[in-house]
Amino acid sequence: MSNAHLEISHVSIEFPTPNGPFKALDDVEMTIKEGEFVSLIGHSGCGKSTVLNIVAGLYQTTTGGVILDGKEVNEPGPDRAVVFQNHSLLPWLTAYENVELAVNQVFKGKKTKAEIKQWVEHNLSLVHMEHAMHKRPDEISGGMKQRVGIARALSMEPKVLLMDEPFGALDALTRAHMQDSLIEIQTRLNNTVIMITHDVDEAVLLSDRIVMMTNGPAATIGDVLDIDLPRPRDRVGLADDEHYNHYRAEVLKFLYERQRKPEELVA
Amino acid sequence: MSARAESVMGGFGWKRFLSIGLRFKDINWSEQLRLMITKLGVPLVAIGIFLVLWGGIASQIQTSLGQLPGPIKVWEQTVTLFDEHKQERLKELAFYERQEKRNVAKLANNPDAEIKIRPYTGKPTFFDQIITSVLTVATGFLLASLIAIPLGIICGLSNTIYTALNPLIQVFKPVSPLAWLPIVTMVVSAVYITDDPMFSKSYLNSAITVTLCCLWPTIINTTVGVSTIDKDLINVSRVLRLGWFTKVIKIVVPASTPMMFAGLRVSLGIGWMVLIAAEMLAQNPGLGKFVWDEFQNGSSNSMARIMVAVFAIGLIGFLLDRIMLMLQRAVSWDKNAVLR
Repeated sequence: MSNAHLEISHVSIEFPTPNGPFKALDDVEMTIKEGEFVSLIGHSGCGKSTVLNIVAGLYQTTTGGVILDGKEVNEPGPDRAVVFQNHSLLPWLTAYENVELAVNQVFKGKKTKAEIKQWVEHNLSLVHMEHAMHKRPDEISGGMKQRVGIARALSMEPKVLLMDEPFGALDALTRAHMQDSLIEIQTRLNNTVIMITHDVDEAVLLSDRIVMMTNGPAATIGDVLDIDLPRPRDRVGLADDEHYNHYRAEVLKFLYERQRKPEELVA
Repeated sequence: MSARAESVMGGFGWKRFLSIGLRFKDINWSEQLRLMITKLGVPLVAIGIFLVLWGGIASQIQTSLGQLPGPIKVWEQTVTLFDEHKQERLKELAFYERQEKRNVAKLANNPDAEIKIRPYTGKPTFFDQIITSVLTVATGFLLASLIAIPLGIICGLSNTIYTALNPLIQVFKPVSPLAWLPIVTMVVSAVYITDDPMFSKSYLNSAITVTLCCLWPTIINTTVGVSTIDKDLINVSRVLRLGWFTKVIKIVVPASTPMMFAGLRVSLGIGWMVLIAAEMLAQNPGLGKFVWDEFQNGSSNSMARIMVAVFAIGLIGFLLDRIMLMLQRAVSWDKNAVLR
């Protein structure tokens, strides 16, 4: 079990509602190795984000728990940095200041002023944002904001990087561009990543493993697909690849045959 | 839309007119003429119609103090009030000169003579009263802001404190300043006892009454602003494990600044209205007292002088709001927001 970096163990969560408790997740179980890239895919409302928020420590489980490097996770912390879907940059700070806020908080007393500056700039250059470092979020495009959000998360040197549909709000071309950037960063840094997505191509292209979730309520893991494609991966080269298309088809079958949306079944 | 909003915001769109000069060659003359007519002409015509209607109606109304003053009479009194102010200043200057001469002469006769310097005690002019009122409202408003902003932030962050304070806020909010005034007067007289008062009691009475009425809009707006901060931003602070104070300074205050300023502007507007009423009722120096004194005076010019005060009160209220708007623009991070 030495390679069990992050363990999500029998996690269930209930939310109180006026009509009694609502069970959102039921017995979610998975183990993630260090440096592994795992995607969570499923229909909207199936509780993908809830899983991520539990790992982040923003939600508390009802039963079960999350263990990171042998320690149980109970509250949020910079060792599990989150990239939020809508970037969540502070709109009154520049890109640089947004990253700096995180760096100052995490490396307080550990880095000198000059080192902090260098580290902020290094992380912004990882996401190719050095040219617009001193612009504020309302002055840059959606894709650029998301890059800064990623830089902020990376700058905390997290043990696990949590991404909640990071490219969901971007147009298709920008999204492809961002995925390529993420592949590049992942090749260099080899982070442990959990990413939520509803985009099948994105999941297959980026992941080592795709975790497919059943529909809620009481959602759980329906199936797990290991993606055994060589890295670095190239989107154009893979477009005709037999294995790639097989994996794609597997996920599509799960989503549209085995786990159709309940409202579609009624119709 | 944005150009339109810009020129509406800037009053007469002076920025637009300035930029004309820079690109003199490529001016679209008919467009500029149209803009000129809509931005300057329309308000001027409206003001003209107002003055004519006012004059016409005023001439039909006879009161015990004579005819209701029209625009011309009010303008005459404006000039008179200005002259009175200048004369009063001259008198003051002359008084001090006489005193100085007297003291010098006294000292020349006897170097050990005890000299007295008495302050001038002439009656405050219209403009003195304006200054008193503006200082009073500024004091009351600042005091209210110092209390209301922190309180609003705490209410916005803690649902328990909000639930505890909300009934009190809701009950005190609609209370008229005139109801507060007697209580404030009695409390100030009882509590503020000193041989060497830094502030006069009347000044404190007015300022505190303004404070009591200025508190509520700022508290309520700040609370709403703080409690509606984007949940993701709060999550960011949780993931970063920001301390309570850092969170408030780095995230809560900047995020709620727009709502805070909306509240501050309403507060200042209310404060200015409240102050005039308080000054009238309590005979505290200021524009309100000026109006009341003129009313009691009952000369044939009184009504015109009161009308001058009415316009002055309106203009100052407008200026105060513009100052707040300028401050709001200066501190606002959302440069796309249309503030007016």
